[in-house]
Amino acid sequence: MGRFVLRRLLQSVVVLLGVTLVVFLLLQLVPGDPVRVALGTRFDQQTYDALRERSGLDRPLVVQYLSYVGHALTGDLGVSFRSGQPVTSIVLERLPATGSLSVTAVLFALLVAFPLGVLSAMRSGSFVDHAARVFSQFGVSVPDFWMGIMGILLFAGVLGWLPPSGYVALTDDPAGWASHVALPAAAVGLVTASILTRFIRSSVLEVLAEDYVRTAEAKGLRRRVVIVRHVLRNALIPVVTVVAVQLASLVGGVIVIEVLFAWPGVGRLTYDAVQARDYPVLQGAVLFVATLFLLMNLLVDVLYARLDPRITLR
Amino acid sequence: MSAAGDRASADAGTPGGAADPSTAPHPPTRADLTSPRPVDDHPPTRAAEAGTLRRTLTALRHDPPAVAGTVVLLALLVVGLAGQWLAPAGINDVDVDQMLRPPSGAHPFGTDELGRDVLSRVLVAARVSLQVGLVSVGIALAVGVTVGLLAGWYGGWADNLLMRGMDVLFAFPVLLLAVAIVAVLGPGLVTAMVAIGVVYTPIFARVTRASVLAVREQVFVRAAVSIGTSDLRILRRHVLPNIAAPLIVQTSLSLAFAILSEAALSFLGLGVQPPAPAWGRMLYDGRGFITDAWWLGFFPGAAIFVTVLAFNLVGDALRDVLDPRQLTVSEARRSTR
Amino acid sequence: MSAPVVPSPRAGGEPPGGEPVLAIDDLTVTLGTRNGPARAVAGVDWSVAPGRTLALVGESGSGKSMTVLAATGLAPRSATVTGRVRLLGRELTTMSETDRRRWRGRHVGFVFQDPMTTLNPVLTVGRQVTEACEEHLGMSRRQARSRAVELLDLVGIPAPERRVDAHPHQFSGGMRQRVVIAMALACEPELLIADEPTTALDVTTQAQIVELVADLRRRLGTAVVWITHDLGVVAGIADTVAVMYGGRIVEQGPVDAVFAAPGHPYTRALLAARPRPGAAGEELAAIPGAPPSPLDLPAGCAFWPRCPVRGDARCAHELPPLVPIAPGHRVRTFYPTTADGGATADPTTADGGATADPTTADGGATAEDRHQLRPEDR
Repeated sequence: MGRFVLRRLLQSVVVLLGVTLVVFLLLQLVPGDPVRVALGTRFDQQTYDALRERSGLDRPLVVQYLSYVGHALTGDLGVSFRSGQPVTSIVLERLPATGSLSVTAVLFALLVAFPLGVLSAMRSGSFVDHAARVFSQFGVSVPDFWMGIMGILLFAGVLGWLPPSGYVALTDDPAGWASHVALPAAAVGLVTASILTRFIRSSVLEVLAEDYVRTAEAKGLRRRVVIVRHVLRNALIPVVTVVAVQLASLVGGVIVIEVLFAWPGVGRLTYDAVQARDYPVLQGAVLFVATLFLLMNLLVDVLYARLDPRITLR
Repeated sequence: MSAAGDRASADAGTPGGAADPSTAPHPPTRADLTSPRPVDDHPPTRAAEAGTLRRTLTALRHDPPAVAGTVVLLALLVVGLAGQWLAPAGINDVDVDQMLRPPSGAHPFGTDELGRDVLSRVLVAARVSLQVGLVSVGIALAVGVTVGLLAGWYGGWADNLLMRGMDVLFAFPVLLLAVAIVAVLGPGLVTAMVAIGVVYTPIFARVTRASVLAVREQVFVRAAVSIGTSDLRILRRHVLPNIAAPLIVQTSLSLAFAILSEAALSFLGLGVQPPAPAWGRMLYDGRGFITDAWWLGFFPGAAIFVTVLAFNLVGDALRDVLDPRQLTVSEARRSTR
Repeated sequence: MSAPVVPSPRAGGEPPGGEPVLAIDDLTVTLGTRNGPARAVAGVDWSVAPGRTLALVGESGSGKSMTVLAATGLAPRSATVTGRVRLLGRELTTMSETDRRRWRGRHVGFVFQDPMTTLNPVLTVGRQVTEACEEHLGMSRRQARSRAVELLDLVGIPAPERRVDAHPHQFSGGMRQRVVIAMALACEPELLIADEPTTALDVTTQAQIVELVADLRRRLGTAVVWITHDLGVVAGIADTVAVMYGGRIVEQGPVDAVFAAPGHPYTRALLAARPRPGAAGEELAAIPGAPPSPLDLPAGCAFWPRCPVRGDARCAHELPPLVPIAPGHRVRTFYPTTADGGATADPTTADGGATADPTTADGGATAEDRHQLRPEDR
């Protein structure tokens, strides 16, 4: 177990180094002088010189990279070309908005996918099963931002039940947050729910065909005990990991929904940074999300090893 | 939204197995899910090995969703090639007297805020979507297969280096990476294709490598190696044909996700630039009028949905026929990253 | 509620025999498959008395497993089951599913073929061994655990106090099968059904498991139905034997009588295909051809296409009845072998498929392996 975690940890460190390299090189790919491009019409020599100095673009590439990684290790991701604020604090400020949206979306998805997936596997071929499959095929094919637009049209426009966009912090006004998060979370959650429904369904089907399930039935256990103790306990191990990975990818991945709903999260930050050509912020946001993604995956592996006793030996 | 990428990966990672349609005996259609659990007195006959073209087509013909998907794709192809001529009006015919008109006989999909015919723009935009989808998946396929072949065939440090590189690309949410790439290269049709291509490369590399590793150990390949056949020849003659099935499946599913990604990029203004029409961009431009002009939000989105759905239906059916092995749970878990 | 396992109170002096523990009468199982109905079991009847062992013998696909699965309500959902099944005098087929479930595990224990897959990988061995006791006997978790320790000890697992909390992957194949046996015996059932329990094990382990079950039967007085394709095992443990082919019983009788004077050509072929100690160098006989598909059973005798005797047209078109050839010894054929071992029909007149085909005979292979080598002989 310890060795398994250690090996995964080392792997993650190597990948993370690669990630920093990619993120670092992003700035080098900008055609021309990135500082100049970033300033655009707001160009003035003094600001330019200050930013240029600060960004260290005059130094050799290797030195720049090492210094970038060195600073990143201490939590320093540079300063915004626009506001001069430290990138780290700009990104962290956006985390609650994105975090609360992602978690709500995944919870919503689980609420739908868990019963639907389990039921459609247990009654495979039934009406429920067919409905679940149509639902999940619909969900994996539909663009979530289109669902968002349709949601706004129906719930904000026609019915007038929910605000069309905007954000209220959960800590300021829970009810206001809830009414604002409902539409974007449902739009994102619908897609996640479809993926999870498929996954849960096939996972449960696979376990239902296992010999040990027949063993459990041969023991005369109640159906509920067979399902909960023997089927779900095994079927949900891979599902837990997929849920965690989905959650991780949502943190950096709900860009379009955040733009559509004016939701001030990390995705929206990325979009704004792209529009403003604020490259340090873009780099910081991307690096932050990728790091979080890697950490979540590491966590998932450890979790997996804890849930499945067979892995501990490896 | 990360949807496209997550879907690509989570989809490839459906935990297959005994109960999955693809491993069920005989014609692997959706109906197989109703089949009883095999008991030892009636062991399921091995599903046919990767089928010939004819067997594939026969199986697809008996799968109504796949037939529907194929028909839609053919129609899309026609629209993509001949959109300009099919469109009842010019895509940039601005008509200030006809602004934001609801669907009618003259404008079946209504008109936008500049009085342009939405139907015409939706039809012409099909070309952009298909083009970006095909080219970017083509890039991902070419690069990914090359990387996967080299890594799987030579192993050792080449394998390590290449696959760690793919791991790095896999460490970013799909859309975020695409956005970052387009952001630095500058928005446009070509950069969108490159960005989406890069993003989908790792999954092809992984699928290829896994298949190569499996094929490499088979007797006929070892025999070819032992009689001194050149590597290139073995790869082309023996390995590629044997990994074609999973690649075909992955390609058709990736097309769906690439088109979703393109829509997302163009929604963010990072795809093809105005005044050329793109479905995602039309949704973005129409979002200010959502509550007043529902048709601006509805039709372009429906076009994306129908296209993606068609690719998914065909992809699923192909997977059922061609890739009966499916992925085991642990492989699936890895490919969800 | 921790009754001593050894010796079980009811095992003691009670002599084997008496009212059957399980009696199956005219059992027929039809499976709904995509390719039409498949008759897996047809009109099977047998019974097993307390403390006795019945061996159910046949190739895979002969319906031997399906017989017991259907009898105990474990057949797949698509199966249609008719006939009568009496367990301890109670009719099972008309029982509600809930009642039937309460009898499974409590009165019948199961041991399945592959101990690698019959145990749940994420639960501890102890939990799995006695979870049925919690269900049927109302034991607490703690009682169930100490009972599991007793049972693991009973089946010969060393250091049971420690092993009870281990997971299945920490056991070897043979040890896992011991765990499965302990599990089957947890509630002291009157009947143990062992479905090819040694097939997945290596030879030395096989012998140990056979010995263990025989020993436990003696000590606990449990009746045993032993399903196998290996006649070699049967001689050592069974009192009676029922040979199945194409979903029907083709021969049934006391084990000594069947071995000494097999009445059915199929049984004879099976016996000839069995490696015997002390017969080294002798060629083994393979049975040419493959068993019939349950989707497409012949109108007459199911064995006819492979039969070395090949009587006449009657065999092809008319189902032979199960007729007694000695007390308790029944055979389903028009051409039973006489008691002195000679066949009524001369095997040398049989065309093509002779009893012995030395070119395909493969030393240690079972009949099952061999017909896989020659799948399309018919």
